[in-house]
Amino acid sequence: MKKTTIKKMSAAAAAVAAMFVMAGCSTAANSAKKGNSASGSTIKIGVNMELSGAAAGYGEQEKQGIELAVSQINAKGGIKVDGKKYKIKPVYRDNKTSTSGSASAVAQLVNNDKVSAVVGPATTNDATASIPNVTKANVAQISPSATDPGYTLDKNGKVQTYVFRSCFENNFQGQTAAHFANNTLKAKKVAIIADNSTDYGTGLAKAFKNEFKGSVVSTQYFQEGDKDFNAILTAIKNKGFDAIYAPGYYSEIGLIVKQARQMGIKSPIVGSDGMADPKLAKIAGANNANDVYYTTPFSTKSADTDATVRSFMTAFKNKFHAEAPTFSALAYDSVYMVKQAAEDAKSTNSVDIAKAIAKIKGMKGATGEMTIDAKHNPEKPIAIEQMTKGKVVKAYTVK
Amino acid sequence: MHTIIQQLINGLSLGSIYALLALGYTMVYGVIKLINFAHGDIYMLGAFWGYYVLKFWHLNFFVALLTAMVFCAILGVVIEFLAYRPLRHAPRITALITAIGVSYLLENGMSYLFGASARNFPQAIEQQNYHIGGFAISNIQVLILVTAIVLMLALQLVIKRSKMGKAMRAVAVDQDAAELMGINPNHVISFTFALGSALAGAAGVLIGLYYNTIDPLMGMTPGIKAFVAAVVGGIGSIPGASLGGFLIGILETIVQAVGLSAYKDAAVYIVLIIILLVMPSGIFGKRTKEKV
Repeated sequence: MKKTTIKKMSAAAAAVAAMFVMAGCSTAANSAKKGNSASGSTIKIGVNMELSGAAAGYGEQEKQGIELAVSQINAKGGIKVDGKKYKIKPVYRDNKTSTSGSASAVAQLVNNDKVSAVVGPATTNDATASIPNVTKANVAQISPSATDPGYTLDKNGKVQTYVFRSCFENNFQGQTAAHFANNTLKAKKVAIIADNSTDYGTGLAKAFKNEFKGSVVSTQYFQEGDKDFNAILTAIKNKGFDAIYAPGYYSEIGLIVKQARQMGIKSPIVGSDGMADPKLAKIAGANNANDVYYTTPFSTKSADTDATVRSFMTAFKNKFHAEAPTFSALAYDSVYMVKQAAEDAKSTNSVDIAKAIAKIKGMKGATGEMTIDAKHNPEKPIAIEQMTKGKVVKAYTVK
Repeated sequence: MHTIIQQLINGLSLGSIYALLALGYTMVYGVIKLINFAHGDIYMLGAFWGYYVLKFWHLNFFVALLTAMVFCAILGVVIEFLAYRPLRHAPRITALITAIGVSYLLENGMSYLFGASARNFPQAIEQQNYHIGGFAISNIQVLILVTAIVLMLALQLVIKRSKMGKAMRAVAVDQDAAELMGINPNHVISFTFALGSALAGAAGVLIGLYYNTIDPLMGMTPGIKAFVAAVVGGIGSIPGASLGGFLIGILETIVQAVGLSAYKDAAVYIVLIIILLVMPSGIFGKRTKEKV
């Protein structure tokens, strides 16, 4: 069995290596004008996404957000570049939630499909694996959910020219949660339960720990896909904490909330935007989802006041018959970032688009008004939602 | 002390799921010497069956449990017929790789057809917590434990007392000799798959109810851990698989209870390595000589 895996891996590595060689050829061939441009009246946007494998749940939601954005933009005639309208043609490629799959999917997108920009991948690992190929082909990539602070930077801490994201980076979210626990919840002692199978969970836990003023009585870890948290919760139950910080995704945190409440742990549970999904309350059970807080760029509450958010929510519900999850909102905004950049740059060329993405200012999106900073991270307001009986009852805005 | 008993309850309810799954591994291995890696995915399909019949047909929970067992039994037989039977006389490694292939097919097929995101299982039985002497146990934990034990006893009866069970044991010892005695090994193997898959189906529905979330990849990790449980108990041994399941469940709980939650999966695999080095035939396994 082991042998076959090794063989498979080396075959995949060979394929990737071949892609690199091909990438080299094609860039050399049209060195006159770097990057890819639209041909005819369609502009291609590549989607390098986790459509199967372990992260397919998130990939699918992001694909829905992309589909919605594309159909909305095309319904209005397309992206208007220098007086001419281009319809978007999305090209979806599955990276199978693997780094080698991501590198080869993106190589196909930038070299064969000649896309003008790439949206995806969803996870930091897969997104990092595709950086060499997009850079070589001079095509920008916007990940809707790669949250690791290092993702947009190279080894020496320099910003990667073609790498962007539309979500918060970990440090910002972890620090916000720590301030919230300190100032609003008045917590002195916390217990941390973090997902250590992703950079997301460990990165947030680290950022929270560094910023939190008070003591951390216990730090426990779980793996993505875990379902039984009774042992962890029983172990920390009597440690006397005022709050639990649980950064991770709704599929696991939902279960932590459920099992903690059923065990009689009543302390507030604070989490991150991976929890901002209507399924959280469904998995936890409405009666258990009390005193639950999470940091999020995208508050369904802000739909009450913000027209962009409201129209996104309604359109999503009409198209997919479900409440819009955060991942869909972030992917939706990623497509609009490409549109904004192409219109600002007055060009469909991928190099011009990349330059224009870095200069986006005050773009109104479903996840708030965003400005891209020097490190290619979006600056946008962060909110903390409070859940009672499975419903979001309040949103705190944090400055 | 309370915490210890509480953790023991946690460990037992987790372990009973592993035990139900481990039985399927061990039976199939006992009869045709195949490690059926697709077993964890049959458990997933059982959970999905339960999800759909409870959500759309609003059946009684126990009816859902029984129909899931029947559904998975049929599925197990079909998989054996399509994927493993043509390879009956091929080298063992071929069948093993096929099993991995079937596993991938079921996981990705389900992701493709039904979507990969986690969904919440209908709560057909309202969870209630009983507090006895300071520690808490829920009606669902009791249900899981009782169902698991009832099914294990029933299985033991089938194997020890029924004619088919006798035939299973005969094929396990020597397939050719059993055939000479008028036993059709194909029937016996189909029956074994049906039995093992039915138990996996039951585990799937119970897990769905207990944790309230199912997804197409839910069978991966429990499948591997149940395999470890079967090895620990002695692969091929029915009581061994039950015991191994409970041991692995309790081990995982202990590791988390002492604060080493990050290493709980590692602990399970370390046990696998130690068992393979020190006691390769497991706790109840028979030491067999291989003729060279």
